[in-house]
Amino acid sequence: MMRPRVLSLTLWLALVALSTLIVARARYSADLSAFLPRSPSATQQLLVQQLQDGLASRLILIGIEGADGVTRAQASRALAATLRAGPGFVSVSNGEAASQDKDRQFVFEHRYQLSAAVTPERFTVEGLRAAIADNLELMASPAGLSAKPLFVSDPTGETLQVIEQFEGAAQPRREQGVWSSGDGARALLIAQTRAAGSDTDGQAQAIALIRAAFAASHSPTAAAPSASAALPPRPTPAPAPLQLLLTGPAVFSVDARATIEHEAVRLSLLSTTLIVTLLLLVYRSLPTLLSGLLPVASGALAGVAAVALGFGVVHGITLGFGVTLIGESVDYSIYLFVQGQRARAGSADDSTRRALWRTIGLGVLTSICGFASLLPSSFPGLAQLGLFSISGLIAAAAVTRLVLPQLPLTPRVANLTPLGSGAARLIGRARLPFSLAAALALACALLLFHDRDRLWNRDLSALSPVPAAAQALDASMRSDLGAPDIGNLVVVNADSEQAALQLSEALGARLDALVSQQVIAGYDSAARFLPSQQTQAARLASLPAEETLRARLAPAAASLALRPDALAAFVQQVASARRAAPITRADLAGTSFALGADALLWHRDGAWHALLPLRANASAAGIAGAGDIDIGRVRAALAPLAPGQVLVMNIKHELDALYGSYLAEAVHLSLAGLAAIVLLLLIALRSAARAARIIAPLLLAVLVVGAGFTLSGTRLTILHLIGMLLIVAVGSNYALFFDRRAADRDRSALPLTLASLLIANACTVIGFGVLAFARVPVLSALGATVAPGTLLALLFAALLAPRRLMASP
Amino acid sequence: MKARLAPAAALITLSLGAIAPPVLCADADPELDSLMALLAQRRHGEADFSEKKYLSMLRQPLESSGVLIYDAPAHLEQRTDRPRPQSVVLDQGIVTMQIGQRRRVLRLADYPELAPLIDSIRATLAGDRAALERVFELGFSGTLAHWQLRLEPREARLAATLKRIDMRGEGDAVREVQVQQSDGDRSVMSITPRE
Repeated sequence: MMRPRVLSLTLWLALVALSTLIVARARYSADLSAFLPRSPSATQQLLVQQLQDGLASRLILIGIEGADGVTRAQASRALAATLRAGPGFVSVSNGEAASQDKDRQFVFEHRYQLSAAVTPERFTVEGLRAAIADNLELMASPAGLSAKPLFVSDPTGETLQVIEQFEGAAQPRREQGVWSSGDGARALLIAQTRAAGSDTDGQAQAIALIRAAFAASHSPTAAAPSASAALPPRPTPAPAPLQLLLTGPAVFSVDARATIEHEAVRLSLLSTTLIVTLLLLVYRSLPTLLSGLLPVASGALAGVAAVALGFGVVHGITLGFGVTLIGESVDYSIYLFVQGQRARAGSADDSTRRALWRTIGLGVLTSICGFASLLPSSFPGLAQLGLFSISGLIAAAAVTRLVLPQLPLTPRVANLTPLGSGAARLIGRARLPFSLAAALALACALLLFHDRDRLWNRDLSALSPVPAAAQALDASMRSDLGAPDIGNLVVVNADSEQAALQLSEALGARLDALVSQQVIAGYDSAARFLPSQQTQAARLASLPAEETLRARLAPAAASLALRPDALAAFVQQVASARRAAPITRADLAGTSFALGADALLWHRDGAWHALLPLRANASAAGIAGAGDIDIGRVRAALAPLAPGQVLVMNIKHELDALYGSYLAEAVHLSLAGLAAIVLLLLIALRSAARAARIIAPLLLAVLVVGAGFTLSGTRLTILHLIGMLLIVAVGSNYALFFDRRAADRDRSALPLTLASLLIANACTVIGFGVLAFARVPVLSALGATVAPGTLLALLFAALLAPRRLMASP
Repeated sequence: MKARLAPAAALITLSLGAIAPPVLCADADPELDSLMALLAQRRHGEADFSEKKYLSMLRQPLESSGVLIYDAPAHLEQRTDRPRPQSVVLDQGIVTMQIGQRRRVLRLADYPELAPLIDSIRATLAGDRAALERVFELGFSGTLAHWQLRLEPREARLAATLKRIDMRGEGDAVREVQVQQSDGDRSVMSITPRE
């Protein structure tokens, strides 16, 4: 007897030590990637990449509210200056004149590389005459006098031409010289972090830098006017203090991580406290309680270790889900201790104990079948939950079976027979006739079928841990900054930067045709910020030599009454432009062109990608418009160009498809899990009727929960579906105890069986019930499904159990 | 852009008045204050204009003419008929320009380098002398029936391009606006109110 005890305890301690080591050294991540798919289609991959690592993920939008416009503008300038001086940000834009002047200067200096109007024809006698006449007309306009300095350098109007190429992009409103919201009440800035979007720690540091810079420049002493003592006290109330608002993907990631971490800790503590309190009512000694929790702790440790080994990184959300494991694995020690009461009372023999373990073992296996179906999920979060639960359950069951009995412990358990007998009598009275159960199932099924079109929430954001208020703030700051809701995109894949730019230019020519046909209102392209070297070279080559230009300019100027020497500056600047090199990405540094080019052109893993967002005609359907593009016509127009490299996509459609494929996958996985459980029961019980009796209450519970959600207006997400699978996986543990054959063996065991099931179920309901109050939607959806579902599963299993089983002994 | 914005400045120079209560200072020039109050009373006006721009680079002045329309407090249009149709409309701080095929919409407040100039001229016509004197030295001469108002920039940055603006008027009607640039170029706009 000594040897197996030593062996099992040693083995257990060794495994605990090993797991602890792995857990301590594991990498933990709490960003949003748990909610992003692993292996979507190529198009979707691009989307996901952009979400995770694209320029957009590195932009933090900053708002400053409160006080008055002048103070906000000062705060905006001070914040921008501080952040620009530090190493944390690539760029900080706030609409200041300084940066605007820089852009204008850049456009002016590089007008002959950037202007699409620069062609050989433009510089013939007739071309020059027409272009100059056009710009002289501007001179006659009220703009005249101030347009003059530009005119003498650029009489063909290339600077204005370039500016007009960007015309479609909406500009944020300016107040006191800096960007502000549409209502003028909030100053706005855009900061581009040096840290990658997927580097949550780096993003958290960047956010901390912004907060610190803001706090430092607006400490109460700094804000107080120096001459305040000399002024008489003001009767007006003091203006509201300045407030800092931050939004953007990075802010969401950092906040989500904080929320998930906070929730995981808070909920685990809460449910542990509740469960321990409940167990203290049952276990009447601390050693009994502690040893009862031993399987749970071992299971959690083994679960995290398995995830760390299997995935390399543990998602915070997995730990959040892990709360659920407490609810289930604590059951095993309850069964062991409570039912062990009888053994010690001498009313049970070895065969009863073996029967108990057979039932528990089958329960563990059904749960494993359920969780195993999560393993292939595209959601890393769900796959981790699957592995965590499987390893956790196996460890918990093994510790209960092999370690607990070896401990020098006499469990002290409250007398639960009265509770069990009472429950048995209650159930004996309140039977659920099979016909009624069938009618209930049918009614729920009909309700679900009737509402099938609005059963599912098809919006991916339903899974997002970002609160609706934060999403609304983000949307409002984004629209104030003129970032359009991108509805349709043309995506270019190429081998090199130049190939991507050339293809963008070729696409641009066709899109220009679609603009004039009014299929689209406009589009953006990286090639506007950074034309391909080839295009730039062609433009520069169309500039005539100095003598030629002078000769052609003379007749053109004469016919327009221009003095011969008026355009000397122009001739000189064209001459130096001819010698200039094409601009490269590096030349854009320090201008807002850099941001524009990076947003629309990037490379990753050796491939270059360019985006051409399309703008819908506003006239087509008011101002909204994202969906109003005839995407078929766009596809047809672009089809002849590099078919493998050009994709036209509607973001909404792609996201819907992405989520649709998630949902379809989850449905398939859940059905597979259900099938595995049914198969397992058929094999273990060798009777279709018995298997059906076990499955029936579980399905009924699932249908009632589903109908409940529909009736309460909650649309189901993938997590609800997974929750339903868990109802079956966990509920099968209960239902197995009501199996005729198992119960028939020893009917005197019934009251204690019922009591231990009640307590086990209470623990599960607590574990998941607490989860239902999480602020992370994936957690709360799971909790809200499983908590009522398992309660109903136990209830239906008891109510549907064979009548004679419930007859009080 | 700078080039496209100035029209707004020129335009508002020509504004026949904006509505705002005149701010009277103790040491105010009483006649200037009377003029401001008079201009501020004007609610609507239409006038023909003709303008000549004298630019050193052109052998002859650029001539244009058209109609000015004003509605208190914040709507002003300059419609040019000759040499080619163009229009510039200022409404609630938004400037819409149509020149040839080009159409641009600008927010005046987006251009801080021009804002002092524009605001100051607006302030003149609105009778807000205090705001005006933040940017310009004012010189009033003549009588209310036949007055001249000279605006000279106080700040060097503005003075680098703009030497002064001279307005001439009769009662509540502005009759002529001359803009003198620092490089010697200038423009003269004559205004004839329609009755």
